[in-house]
Amino acid sequence: MAFTFAAFCYMLSLVLCAALIFFAIWHIIAFDELRTDFKSPIDQSNPVHALVLPEYSIHSLFCIMFLCAQEWLTLGLNVPLLFYHFWRYFHCPADSSELAYDPPAVMNADTLSYCQKEAWCKLAFYLLSFFYYLYCMIYTLVSS
Amino acid sequence: MSAPAGLPPRPSAGAAVYAGGPAEAAAPQAGALRRHNGPVRSPMQFPAGYGLHPPNYSVPSGHYSQVPNKAVSPHLDNQYRASYHSTYYSAPAQNVMTPPVGTNMLNTQESQQLYNKTSPQTAESTEGLIRGAVSSASYLHTSAQQSYSAFGNHYSTSVSSSVASQGFPLNSDHYTMPVVSSAMYPVSYPSAASDSVYGQAYISQSLPGVGQFKQTSAFSSQSTAVPHSLQQHVPVGYNSTLPAISSAQSVQDSLSRNLSGLLAKTNNQINTGGIDSLQPAQSVSQKAQYTKPGVGTSVSSAAVSSGRTPTPGLSPEPRSTPSVTQSPESALQKGMQYGGYVNNQASSAPAPLSSSSDDEEEDEEDEEAAIDSSSTTSSASPVLNNYDALEGGGYPETRSVTSSPVPAPSVPQTSKTSKPFGYGYPALQPGYQNATSPDPVQPSNSGHHPGLQHYPQQYTGVNQLSSSLGGLSLQHSQQPEGLRPVNLTQDRNILPVSSVPAPVPNLNSDLRKLNCSPDSFRCTLTNIPQTQALLNKAKLPLGLLLHPFRDLTQLPVITSSTIVRCRSCRTYINPFVSFIDQRRWKCNLCYRVNDVPEEFMYNPLTRSYGEPHKRPEVQNSTVEFIASSDYMLRPPQPAVYLFVLDVSHNAVEAGYLTIVCQSLLENLDKLPGDSRTRIGFITFDSTVQFYNLQEGLSQPQMLIVSDIDDIFLPTPDSLLVNLHESKELIKDLLSALPNMFTNTRETYSALGPALQAAFKLMSPTGGRISVFQTQLPSLGAGLLHSREDPNQRSSTKVVQHLGPATDFYKKLALDCSGQQTAVDLFLLSSQYSDLASLACMSKYSAGCIYYYPSFHHSHNPAQAEKFQKDLKRYLTRKIGFEAVMRIRCTKGLSIHTFHGNFFVRSTDLLSLANVNPDAGFAVQMSIEESLTDTSLVCFQTALLYTSSKGERRIRVHTLCLPVVNSLADVYAGADVQAVVCLLANMAVDRSVSSSLADARDALVNAVVDSLAAYMSTASNLQQSMLVAPNSLRLFPLYVLALLKQKAFRTGTSTRLDDRVYAMCQMKSQPLVHLMKMIHPNLYRIDKLIDESAIHVNDKVVPQPPLQKLSAEKLTREGAFLMDCGSVFYIWIGKNCDNNFIKDVLGYPNYASVPLKMTQLPEADALSSERTRSFISWLKDSRPLSPVLQVIKDENPAKTDFFQHLIEDRTEAAFSYYEFLLHIQQQICK
Repeated sequence: MAFTFAAFCYMLSLVLCAALIFFAIWHIIAFDELRTDFKSPIDQSNPVHALVLPEYSIHSLFCIMFLCAQEWLTLGLNVPLLFYHFWRYFHCPADSSELAYDPPAVMNADTLSYCQKEAWCKLAFYLLSFFYYLYCMIYTLVSS
Repeated sequence: MSAPAGLPPRPSAGAAVYAGGPAEAAAPQAGALRRHNGPVRSPMQFPAGYGLHPPNYSVPSGHYSQVPNKAVSPHLDNQYRASYHSTYYSAPAQNVMTPPVGTNMLNTQESQQLYNKTSPQTAESTEGLIRGAVSSASYLHTSAQQSYSAFGNHYSTSVSSSVASQGFPLNSDHYTMPVVSSAMYPVSYPSAASDSVYGQAYISQSLPGVGQFKQTSAFSSQSTAVPHSLQQHVPVGYNSTLPAISSAQSVQDSLSRNLSGLLAKTNNQINTGGIDSLQPAQSVSQKAQYTKPGVGTSVSSAAVSSGRTPTPGLSPEPRSTPSVTQSPESALQKGMQYGGYVNNQASSAPAPLSSSSDDEEEDEEDEEAAIDSSSTTSSASPVLNNYDALEGGGYPETRSVTSSPVPAPSVPQTSKTSKPFGYGYPALQPGYQNATSPDPVQPSNSGHHPGLQHYPQQYTGVNQLSSSLGGLSLQHSQQPEGLRPVNLTQDRNILPVSSVPAPVPNLNSDLRKLNCSPDSFRCTLTNIPQTQALLNKAKLPLGLLLHPFRDLTQLPVITSSTIVRCRSCRTYINPFVSFIDQRRWKCNLCYRVNDVPEEFMYNPLTRSYGEPHKRPEVQNSTVEFIASSDYMLRPPQPAVYLFVLDVSHNAVEAGYLTIVCQSLLENLDKLPGDSRTRIGFITFDSTVQFYNLQEGLSQPQMLIVSDIDDIFLPTPDSLLVNLHESKELIKDLLSALPNMFTNTRETYSALGPALQAAFKLMSPTGGRISVFQTQLPSLGAGLLHSREDPNQRSSTKVVQHLGPATDFYKKLALDCSGQQTAVDLFLLSSQYSDLASLACMSKYSAGCIYYYPSFHHSHNPAQAEKFQKDLKRYLTRKIGFEAVMRIRCTKGLSIHTFHGNFFVRSTDLLSLANVNPDAGFAVQMSIEESLTDTSLVCFQTALLYTSSKGERRIRVHTLCLPVVNSLADVYAGADVQAVVCLLANMAVDRSVSSSLADARDALVNAVVDSLAAYMSTASNLQQSMLVAPNSLRLFPLYVLALLKQKAFRTGTSTRLDDRVYAMCQMKSQPLVHLMKMIHPNLYRIDKLIDESAIHVNDKVVPQPPLQKLSAEKLTREGAFLMDCGSVFYIWIGKNCDNNFIKDVLGYPNYASVPLKMTQLPEADALSSERTRSFISWLKDSRPLSPVLQVIKDENPAKTDFFQHLIEDRTEAAFSYYEFLLHIQQQICK
């Protein structure tokens, strides 16, 4: 039983993963409000924008940490999402720092449902990884 | 009796008496009235409250006199009447026909009180009294609402036309009747629209009848179950046909039509052309036959004669009538709503035959009608004069040639059932079913848009007649016209003679008449597929094309304290709701059962109680409500206009400033607005200049801000000033401005900072920013760099830079939109200015974009003139501020994507900072849930806006369409023009988000897929042929036209800005104008004849047939006019008749015609007159003035002309025939 770097990574990612789950829920709620007409895309996409970059950076941080901790399996699980985030970031509408959700376009039925699906998938992914990190943390703590 | 009736047939007299208005003046008037009404009887007969009611309501004439004797009532009565008249008659005089608000309010309140007062009494009184009291009370209430009452008259008119049928038994199971009649005469009788209800009348007239009738009735019952058809019918008012047909037509023509009409009738297959010419004539005579001798005949004669002899002097609305006849444009704007009504009212006055069950009243009104009509024969219907003037139906000579025009006047008066969903009120007396409505008004008004251009569009021409005759054998098997297979590769003449008509939804005739005009509201599929799977199979896009804020000549405006809406989905009550009983109605969108509010029970039109289904909201699919404060988030904003002008060297060189200032000076008083209107100016070059126009200054003060990186407002409160208070200063500024910068050496343009400043200036109020820009913005925020590579202009591969280079303009637009500010862009540039980026400022703020390539005031006079005319229209057209538009549709349908200039706030809500009458929108729909449990779907758009007078208004359009479950029916109902316009919108999106090549492929695939899907359903077709359903026969042609359009063409040199502008227009133009852009109209004009001409404003407008867009149609001996929407080309053949060149062009021979010729001289010769009247008629039909170019073979502009001949092969693109072969090949693959 030792407190390794890997164990530290898992502990930190556990905490941050909780934040990511919160972000995902936030997104889901925001898009739902959009759909049900409680909010205007201009008002609401700004907080969403504010959350997009933190989410991406937190997730990248995970990957870097797991890379350093040489947790290959965990890294492997996270890499697809990392690439997706990169793609999203560099493929966003127009040329600006405005990410992903373009206020005029977001109300398009396709875009909106896509965004919603994306948020749900991420929520599921983060939830699963939360438990996975918990398990891994305990495992590394116990095993080493 | 006639005078106090509230709707005097000769308001000129009535107005004189009552226009005094204020209550104080009422007493003497009461005296006058009393005298008018003969013997005075015992006064105390009615309780006080009842005295109020409009005298002739439900009281025999004698009774009236009792009323004024009441101590209180004369006062009130007259007060009401006075104000009623004053508002009533003054309304049309006003610009946008807003009634004097003060009066309006006053009345409403007053009436409200009265209403309260009376209602308790009603409880105690006898039945008749109840009615009188309540109705009178609410009548008072509505007296404030001119529109209502105006409509009321209209209603009564419509009854007049239905008088004919009164001799016939009216059963309450009338539901079948309309169906029957519609089945039998689906097309027309629109003139006698009313009579569709009274199927009997027709049937017995048209005799051969009874057996046939039975057949059809049987059939019709089927047809309701299985909507089959495509009766090419024209609810929109056969009125509109008249212009085309009314004109002198050869006897043979009409004979053949006769025949075809009969045939068609028996077949349930009506083709418009055929019947139109015939039916109207019949209907008139029928009417005469069947009317009650005294009333009906005189009415119709009145209508007719009034149509024939426009006598403005006698007309009730002398002011508006002349304006209409003289300048349709101004009439459109001014008289649009009220003018229309008033006129209508007048026209209907002669026959206020109400359908209510009150016999006494009826008799009395009959008398009145008879009297009125006889006395006012010539002036009976100014509106008809309007119509005639507009449509040209009013000319005696035409009439004498064909009888068809005659019934024209009666058309707007036709009546019909009010029953939306096609069942009768179980509890109502037969009289109810007589319910009348002003229906054709609404449809027909469509055509009155600037210049009636659409009339012909709704009608198939003679050509189609023959084609449909050819299809008769098919029709026997009850195959709808829209499904008739057309072999595209063999059938070369697929273009109709006049414009392509909008298909008519296969509804029963009542619904059809109630339905929204296709000019405002069109669906790509007039038969909605039941499921998404079926829609996918059909491979056609489902969507709506909207023109919600169109200039309308007639629009019911409703002032009511409660706007009746569904409690769950907030749908506005509309003609397609069903009344379960008198107190409850069922929403047609979400099917919730709602209560009918007490106030709604009273019908101000018939002045009767308990007929909610006769209210104007339920009788018109396009209505406008005056909204209460519930519909305001803040007090209605004033009209605020800010002009942002480029004054850099480039701009001064182009010389646009003079034109702008001149136009503004001329139109300063015509800017829509009220006393609060504010105006401001900002100019910019490398710095931003503001103008302090504060009242009290001796001259305008220029304030220069050179810190463009951090722009600020020098004096925030004196830059936007009240137009009326500072008018002199503004005029000074406008006259000085053009010369202020003549020697400028500034070449930079700091557009971005200027816009930021403008936004800051506007954000407290909202309003309109008009930006005039002449070059690429080169300084400060939002600067752009040239992205166009001229060598790539004709590239066949990739077209880049269709999207914005920066988000600056988009963000600015979104900010503006949030502050209810729209940015309109005028780009007057001779070089590349990156419209793709600049356009964003208008796209997302609901502005509009105008582009004048190679603008120069002296080098390009045609463009300068166009700019000037466009500006005039731009400055003076209607405008709505802080608008939102919501589109609701029947449960199961959902909105997928919006197209147009706006910001999407929610899945069904568009935020429009400004809305203008020239803006069109498109909506893609999807079917989320199967529609199996409903046979009708409805779409409703509600546009909530602040008028320039500071009123909050809601304009509601409702469209009703049938649901079908077979693929064939879906094809039968396809509206090819709408499909193509929606596809164009989708292709624009695709080319920006993906690539132009993708978009082009998608367009071709759309044709290939849909035709393949059609051919696979029609199993009996040979696979080797390329066959399209008749409804889609123009589909490949239009798509080919789209591919050759500037926006999507490749291989032909196209400047990037031109391309982007074409795309912007596709997104924001309404369908009518977009279609001309896509597929220009070609006419041969060297031999214009008066045959089939129409008459507009005392002018004969010839109607040459449409020609194919192919060089084979161009002969050297001819002269051709091509109408491309924004450009008119006149192509002169080498051997063109010298007389034509001399008369029309003003030159002795072909050789002497100059290369640059942009105007036709005004010569006296007949051919010149005809040509000019035809061209000006075409011009009037669009909001923006087109440029005219005369083209000879030596002319370099020749290529532009020939590029529009889209059926021909070009270096880079298929000819039409090749395109068809290509499609066929793709299908077979």
